[in-house]
Amino acid sequence: MSAFKDPFDYRNRLGAGSCTCGKHQSQAEHDAVDELAIGADEDTLSQRVIESAVMRAIFPDDNKRRDFLRAVGKSTALAAISSVFPFGALEAMAADKLPLEKSNLKIGFIPITCSSPIVMAEPLGFYRAQGLSVEVVKTASWALIRDKVINKEYDASHMLAPMPIAMSLGVGSSPLAVNVATIQNTNGQAITLALKHKDKRDPKMWKGFKFAVPFDYSMHNFLLRYYVAEYGLDPDKDIQIRVVPPPEMVANLRAGNIDGFLGPDPFNQRAVYDEVGFIHILSKDIWDGHPCCSFAAPAEFVKQNPNTFAALYRAVLTASKMARDPKNRPIIAEVLSPPNYLNQPKTVLEQVLTGRFADGLGQVQNVPTRADFDPFPWYSMAVWILTQMKRWGYVKGDVQYKDIAEKVYLLTDARRHMAEVGIAAPKENYAKFKVLGKEFDPMKPDAYLESFAIKRS
Amino acid sequence: MKPDTWKSALLSVLIAALFIGVWHLATLPKAATAQSAANDEYAVLLGKTSAKQTGFPPPLEIGKAIVKYLGDPFYDHGPNDKGIAIQLGHSLGRVGIGFLLAALVAIPLGFTIGMSPLIYRALDPFIQVLKPISPLAWMPLALYTIKDSNISGIFVIFICSLWPMLINTAFGVAGVRRDWLNVARTLEVRPLRRAFTVILPAAAPTIVTGARISMGIAWLVIVAAEMLVGGTGIGYFVWNEWNNLALPNVIFAILMIGLVGMALDHLFAMLQKWVTYAE
Repeated sequence: MSAFKDPFDYRNRLGAGSCTCGKHQSQAEHDAVDELAIGADEDTLSQRVIESAVMRAIFPDDNKRRDFLRAVGKSTALAAISSVFPFGALEAMAADKLPLEKSNLKIGFIPITCSSPIVMAEPLGFYRAQGLSVEVVKTASWALIRDKVINKEYDASHMLAPMPIAMSLGVGSSPLAVNVATIQNTNGQAITLALKHKDKRDPKMWKGFKFAVPFDYSMHNFLLRYYVAEYGLDPDKDIQIRVVPPPEMVANLRAGNIDGFLGPDPFNQRAVYDEVGFIHILSKDIWDGHPCCSFAAPAEFVKQNPNTFAALYRAVLTASKMARDPKNRPIIAEVLSPPNYLNQPKTVLEQVLTGRFADGLGQVQNVPTRADFDPFPWYSMAVWILTQMKRWGYVKGDVQYKDIAEKVYLLTDARRHMAEVGIAAPKENYAKFKVLGKEFDPMKPDAYLESFAIKRS
Repeated sequence: MKPDTWKSALLSVLIAALFIGVWHLATLPKAATAQSAANDEYAVLLGKTSAKQTGFPPPLEIGKAIVKYLGDPFYDHGPNDKGIAIQLGHSLGRVGIGFLLAALVAIPLGFTIGMSPLIYRALDPFIQVLKPISPLAWMPLALYTIKDSNISGIFVIFICSLWPMLINTAFGVAGVRRDWLNVARTLEVRPLRRAFTVILPAAAPTIVTGARISMGIAWLVIVAAEMLVGGTGIGYFVWNEWNNLALPNVIFAILMIGLVGMALDHLFAMLQKWVTYAE
């Protein structure tokens, strides 16, 4: 089959089709003869399977791959792609196999760039390299993700970083213990405003605005509330915040139903691309390095399928590692753009991932750190989320910040698996950070909460 | 009769042509605004240099979408990207199962209600309260209790197909001519036989009318339900293309929904003709 063929040869076809040389009845026959001639040993062939999968993922259109190879030559292409792509690591991992409790898995995702690692791990073969057969299923809204995880339709899922905390506490959901395996992405969100508000760059002028966020228990909601509150607006009284699934945000902005949104990419960039909005501020300028989404699974699944979960961990972390390298971002944009995954124009994804983007106001900005994919699930992140949940009245009474954070976020496992795939993990479990210039000390959450003028509790 | 059919068909074609013509003229690209710096990076990032679709799509774009999707209706590029025929198949499957289940409940229950005024009066308030509820309002409840999104979709179809069939069956059964029932009684026909050989044929036209209305509603609801639940089906297709703001594909899907809906309705119209009798 074509998977055994050298994918770095422009003369070879990877898809189905008739014989490439024209001398044989079918491609299979051609290959059989071809392989005899090459006399390739089994190892080379299995390596080719992985390489072919990668090349097919990068170039779904076979003609493009062939054009590319013809243009740059095989050795350059091989070197370029091997340098960004951990072929070696994949094979090493494929060799080390523990018996998997469950190998057919369903993982849900929302079509946003936050989901990059878990989604790209499928076309790039990271799950397969771990012996997993994973179906990544596009889902319409966060509420549906929650319900499908509770209903066990999904084994694991892309979730907003606060969702596992809320679900474990039984806030806005029937209680289900959910664990965060890794943070999917850091930064990569923005406040986008409708073009008609071009001159209202000062948040103090936003009284009466209608904003959309993807979900109540989202970093987007908490960051937007934090942001406007710092400018003296009460997010519950002075503006309106409504929940709109990310993919529907641009359509709503265009229709004038909302004045803006703090939403996930690529929809901020998509609003610019469709010339209906502009990027007011990147979320990295609110809190640089903030978590956004996480890769989460019910605690029950983690407990019952330790080997499968470890394999998932390695696959997703391999993807995170690849996604962190700026060199790989254009490739990732290419892999994620087809209808099966994010279904977005490639240029939009590229602008989000590379950080060289049009801001909607006529400028090209260059912010390489616009989106990042640091997988480490700091406990301090969970503590901050809990302070905001309490601040806005989503949880009431005494909150055992550290207990909850350490129960929900699987920091120790993440650290161990990060070492396995060669990502340097921090040694600390808690870190101080700054949100809009104000320091957060995870050891003193109550004092932090007290320091805000606008709050519900 | 014959020449009239021709005339009406011709008129239909003319109306379609006029509609498409006006649409085409209304969406003609505005005289190219002088993009002085075509290689300006900002313009490139906004996709201005490539053939980017702005504004409402012209009919030609829809034509391209039709050719593209109908040219390869069975492709399967993974769980989130399947051909239009597969999507329609999923939708029709859900509608079919939900509708059949509804028929299995509605027709026997309708018979009982129709034959007994007492039961009719007892159940009437419940039917009146449940009937006007939008089927989609059931969705969160269904997801929570049934714990399966696919079955929840089928449940929603079931619940919306139920009422028109139930009410029409009851109405048809209650309205069977007294004389016929009396004749049956004189001949000492057993109740079961009376139900199948007298009441059923007599009430069949009304029952089928109810079923036709139910099917129409089911097809309306499935699109909305699938947009909500996602995964597969024509509703999911619309939602997925909406994400990408790809209006030509959305319009193509709308066209397909209309055509399939028409075909379903036609099927029931034929069934109706078959069961209708002249007194």
